Amino acid sequence: MNWSVILGLVLRYTYIIRRSVPRMIEMLFWPMLDLLVWGFLTIYLQKLNHGTPSAVTFLLGAMIFWDVLFRSQQGMTVSFLEDVWTRNIINVFVAPVRVREFLTATALVGLIKVGIIIVLLTVVAWWLYGFNLTVLGWGLIPLFVNLMVMGWGIGMVTTALIMRFGQAVEMLAWAIPFLFQPLSAVFYPVSVLPPWLQAVAWGLPSTHVFEGMRSVLAGGGFPSGYLLWAMGLNAVFLAAETWFFMWMYQSTREKGYLAKLGTQ
Amino acid sequence: MDEMVRVKNLRKEFGALVAIEDLSFSVARGEIVGLLGPNGAGKTTALSILMGLVTPTAGSVRVFGLELERNRVEVLQRMNFSSAYTALPSNLRVEENLTVFARLYSVKNPREKINELLELLEIAHLKKRVVGRLSSGESARVSLCKSLLNDPELLLLDEPTASLDPDIADKVRKWLRQVQRDRGIGMIYTSHNMRDVEEVCDRVLFMQKGKIFAEGTPRSIVAQFQEKSLESLFIRVARSGDVEEV
Repeated sequence: MNWSVILGLVLRYTYIIRRSVPRMIEMLFWPMLDLLVWGFLTIYLQKLNHGTPSAVTFLLGAMIFWDVLFRSQQGMTVSFLEDVWTRNIINVFVAPVRVREFLTATALVGLIKVGIIIVLLTVVAWWLYGFNLTVLGWGLIPLFVNLMVMGWGIGMVTTALIMRFGQAVEMLAWAIPFLFQPLSAVFYPVSVLPPWLQAVAWGLPSTHVFEGMRSVLAGGGFPSGYLLWAMGLNAVFLAAETWFFMWMYQSTREKGYLAKLGTQ
Repeated sequence: MDEMVRVKNLRKEFGALVAIEDLSFSVARGEIVGLLGPNGAGKTTALSILMGLVTPTAGSVRVFGLELERNRVEVLQRMNFSSAYTALPSNLRVEENLTVFARLYSVKNPREKINELLELLEIAHLKKRVVGRLSSGESARVSLCKSLLNDPELLLLDEPTASLDPDIADKVRKWLRQVQRDRGIGMIYTSHNMRDVEEVCDRVLFMQKGKIFAEGTPRSIVAQFQEKSLESLFIRVARSGDVEEV
């Protein structure tokens, strides 16, 4: 791994955010909007239920956690798309950049985006709704890490699909993560899903993270069981997703799509 | 002369389409070789294979004596590319773009190198300008700056003067000749502009339907086919549709 290359790519993607007000707004606007809508909804629900505070914490916590997964995926795929949109992708791929360096750089961009958004959401959630994310204690970090890793994996798959099928499928960058939302039991416990769907849901690392989060917020201890499952599943998924990316990358080189992608 | 590129029996199929049928050529150190041919002749595919963007169906590509597919990063570290069909990120400043690429090519003293190249291409005054607001001539020079950042031994140029006015195109040709003389850079040059080719290239590979059908200096090729110029030969090849008819 050449860290000069990785830093160069990270620099390139962060320059874009710094240089573009619409991109900066896009990065912060949707999470903030989500927080406001879900925050006020939970206050309303709390009133209807004569003040059960757990409703607020569950929903706001879930919303912030979901953003970790979604933004880490976006950091990866949108970074790639930025180079496609600006017809720069060939310049990057004919530079001495290894695929693993490219993936590491885009994953780091996801990490930076997640970091900024989480700090902002945590402050605003505490200020507006009195929701303190740090009640999750140290368990928060491994839960976040697992969601980020899952986001990176989905990011690799969406990037690979765009690389292979071109800009015509770029909407997948936003659509695919949401395929996992209902199954991950983000805003409700897995137990509300039909039994056959529960089996599928438990096959996702994110489901274990969200269940773990709810268990901590409900006063349970460190969610080590959930974490172990999430880590194990993430390891399996990440290996499969890396293989899929490499397979697609080779396929685009064989079929000549990579050379066309940047000049269409 | 020292051989930098050796392409042997290269073949590339995209399904039923044969983009390159049987291509063999070499490029010596410091030599400028033009790849000429009508659309669909296989020039861009050949260039893409040389950059590792496309994998060949058969044949071998050795650059700097190294097998390209197995030594992709090492080879790319010593070459660079500029094309009229790619662009640098439009919302970044010239300096930012070049800094990013200096890092990708692990350039030592990037700031000095960037300043030196901006001076060489007479665009030092554009350093703080956003690339998207530059004219096409200025953008082409920034792209050339990017392609010289790593002091490449081999430069691949895909129609570098396309969309430039005659004055800037002329300047670009002179810069290319100058950097080739001063730094001994070898170049592979594709263009539809025959004047480019006649003025810049030491040797021309005239391609049609994935094969080379003529090779030599621009002047010798014109003489061989008893044409007035490369341009008239190009038109003849493009309209005949078949090498045998030329």
